[in-house]
Amino acid sequence: MLKNTTVSFGLISKTLHWSMAVILVGLFAVGLYMTDLDYYDALYHTLPWWHKSFGLLVMALLIIRYIWKRLNPEPQALTSHKNWEVFLAQFIQKLFYVLILLIGLSGYFISTAKGKGIEFFGWFEVPAITQAIEEERADLVGEIHQVLAITLIVLAVLHAAAALKHHFIDKDETLNRMINK
Amino acid sequence: MKTFLKTTVKNTLLSASLATALLATSGLFAAEYAIDKKGQHASIQFKISHLGYSWMVGRFNDFDGSFSYDEKDKAASKVNVIVNTKSVDSNHAERDKHLRSDDFLDVEKFPQAKFESTKYTEGKDGKATLIGNLTLHGVTKEVIVAVSQVGAGKDPWGGFRRGFEGTTRIALKDFGITKNLGPASAELDLIFNFEGVKK
Repeated sequence: MLKNTTVSFGLISKTLHWSMAVILVGLFAVGLYMTDLDYYDALYHTLPWWHKSFGLLVMALLIIRYIWKRLNPEPQALTSHKNWEVFLAQFIQKLFYVLILLIGLSGYFISTAKGKGIEFFGWFEVPAITQAIEEERADLVGEIHQVLAITLIVLAVLHAAAALKHHFIDKDETLNRMINK
Repeated sequence: MKTFLKTTVKNTLLSASLATALLATSGLFAAEYAIDKKGQHASIQFKISHLGYSWMVGRFNDFDGSFSYDEKDKAASKVNVIVNTKSVDSNHAERDKHLRSDDFLDVEKFPQAKFESTKYTEGKDGKATLIGNLTLHGVTKEVIVAVSQVGAGKDPWGGFRRGFEGTTRIALKDFGITKNLGPASAELDLIFNFEGVKK
């Protein structure tokens, strides 16, 4: 089943969820690591290149995910979930989308601050929409990128912890719905 | 004793006012020039080796300053320049961001770099040596700038202009910039081109 129903997630939703999860965690780890590399490190140029390509990819997936979500029925929360749990989960989900969007945009502005585009896996170049950003703003954008990325990962850890709690303590279908069935 | 004191005070006052008058007159001869920022006939560039294989040239876009130059008393010439460090520009967004960070210029902590000359000696051929204090990255150090006067004269718009170029070589670590860029890139050349408009 590719599409969602009111009680289950379809294959496309699940694939988008897990692929974005893996890419985002990878981007975070690589992002932290690459910014501290020595100039003579063999990965000094390679890692930022991959980071930017995957960053663009995750932005594309975010757009697809949003559109797909609008085109599909919304799987309803399990009846065993409390109201506040449902409210919080939905709020965090929206926050995830906004955070990913802002992290992606800030990353884009770091690299295009001088009007140069970003290569997408050596396949094509995403052009810059700005000719030049003022220095203060370019530096601020860099800090925003980092702070939002840390926020995203902290929330993702809580999100994962909540899923595991539902799976192992409450023994409900929350996590299973995102994996099989 | 009283009279002696009086005369001494008087003499001192006299010589002081004489000195002031003399200074003022010599000040009249020494022409003051403002660096032509408006028309941007001035630049501050830096040139540093990349791995030992090529030169990377960058510049500071925002700076201001003035100099004085007296044809009769060239040794009295002076230069003052203030540079806005965050205007560093190597035509590469990510590198510029890195150059502004605390790995290099740390522009948040040290928003200004400046140069104040202390000594100027000019030879007959227009080649000169300028000694002064360069403050960069919060560190002040004496540097020697090889200067040559490019030309001087009336401009077509009723003004008088005089231009110099200067180069000096500095070591990054002398100014507390310790980020390792490799053995070929421990030093860089600073290249100044200033056209001054007579005030």
